[in-house]
Amino acid sequence: MNEISEIRLRILKAIEHDSRINPAELAIRLGVDETDIVNTISDMEKEGIICGYLTLIDWDKTSEQTVTALIEVKCTPQRGQGFDTIAERIYKYPEVGSVYLISGGFDLMVTMEGKTLKEIASFVTDKLSTQESILSCATHFILRRYKDHGTVFGKKYGDERMQITP
Amino acid sequence: MRDPIAERVRDMKPSGIRKFFDIVSEMKDAISLGVGEPDFDTPWHIRDEGIYSLEKGRTFYTSNSGLMELRTEITKFLRRHYNLSYDPAHETLVTVGGSEAIDIGLRTLLEKGDEVIIPEPSYVSYVPCTIMAGGVPVIVELKAENEFRLQREELERAITPKSRVLILPYPNNPTGAIMERKDLEKLTELIIRHDLIVLTDEIYSALSYKEPHVSIASLPGMKERTILINGFSKAFAMTGWRLGYACGPENIITQMTKIHQYCIMCAPTTSQYAAVEALKHGDSDVEEMRNAYNERRRFLMHEFRRMGLSCFEPYGAFYVFPSIREFGMTSDEFATELLKRKKVAVVPGTAFGNCGEGFLRISYAYSIENLKVALGRLEEFITELRSGS
Repeated sequence: MNEISEIRLRILKAIEHDSRINPAELAIRLGVDETDIVNTISDMEKEGIICGYLTLIDWDKTSEQTVTALIEVKCTPQRGQGFDTIAERIYKYPEVGSVYLISGGFDLMVTMEGKTLKEIASFVTDKLSTQESILSCATHFILRRYKDHGTVFGKKYGDERMQITP
Repeated sequence: MRDPIAERVRDMKPSGIRKFFDIVSEMKDAISLGVGEPDFDTPWHIRDEGIYSLEKGRTFYTSNSGLMELRTEITKFLRRHYNLSYDPAHETLVTVGGSEAIDIGLRTLLEKGDEVIIPEPSYVSYVPCTIMAGGVPVIVELKAENEFRLQREELERAITPKSRVLILPYPNNPTGAIMERKDLEKLTELIIRHDLIVLTDEIYSALSYKEPHVSIASLPGMKERTILINGFSKAFAMTGWRLGYACGPENIITQMTKIHQYCIMCAPTTSQYAAVEALKHGDSDVEEMRNAYNERRRFLMHEFRRMGLSCFEPYGAFYVFPSIREFGMTSDEFATELLKRKKVAVVPGTAFGNCGEGFLRISYAYSIENLKVALGRLEEFITELRSGS
């Protein structure tokens, strides 16, 4: 692990929550030059520290139907490669959103999105369970997303402070 | 019927912010930059500890001085951050906010007619508490050109044979001024020579953006003549929990505890349990909040410079104190017009002392998004003023 400089850390913390932040404004807020911000971000993109910029979407508020599942996968690690090969076989499917190696009762945690329960079910039964090194899958459907990436969905509380206080 | 109100209460001036509070609360879409408390919620782990204490039925009184565990954590915190060493058993008192500590500190120290040196602009309660305690406030009018730091000469001029207490309100509300070590060191000889007791209100100590805050109590010869006041409101965003503390020499704290015991009994128990958690595991929360305030502070200063609004750079608390002298209006007029025309509420500097005339207190205990909208309106307003409309 590289020791991350203070400025890198502060930039990362800022853009982790707001990737659209304006570099000029961020420079003012952090008390550094705008060019330093732009260069540091570009360096971190090249170094693979910043891997992408995403948007958090509440699909429930659109007419688009989506179902998200968490799938616990138990599998046999392969000699010399551990879980890497099987993880790769899984993450190559575009409908798979993320794959994590997990400690504890199972090995891989796979998240995926589909349009319907059926679509996910058929992925699990046809594509996942049939893999040779996969021993079992347990599929959990997400019913409601309360908080994701540090952002609370739904109810927001306004500022209830008194407007003027000494 | 004779007038039932005591003279010293009748003569007490109502708070200067009351008028604005009344106008703002009538307005629907006003944006306020007038709040003197954090916009963050108390960190959840701290709130959770308070809730847990209620679930466990810890709804009793604590000892008058406060939970021993809390006092111990307070002294550890002061040692860790400010290199101060207090005995939790005899030199520490948990109070209902810093406000109570100011009140009972002054009541403990003052004989009738004793003078209390109060630098202004500063928090609204020092003068009334001094008067209620029988003391005589002696105001030192701080200067913008000194970044509102108390100068040795200013202090020296205020000292008379009756001087008893010096109130040291840094980091400062409303100016955001700080006193660095070098500034404090210039005062100590004078304080000792004139045998003053210092009541140092360090409630904003965690919000210092230059060097880490230095407490005057940590300077040589000062601990024995200093009442240190601090609390949880600003550092941990715990204003509503009403919890603060005073540390000082045993003889003073013992006497303060007597008043506290008869007036208050003890600080709220739920708050005390939550505060133990804050001190044990809250340092990183404080740092995160400090970083957020600091970003906003830099942003505001940048915007003021861009608008050509004159403001010294404040390094403490969460206030900026820009000058509006160029517009030829009083602080009150400016704030009232700004509120009426642009629906932005700020507090006139005069709410914190006459020498606040010509200044506004603007709080940055608001999100950047909020500040942007409010500053946009402020800019429109001053552009209109400059073009004479």
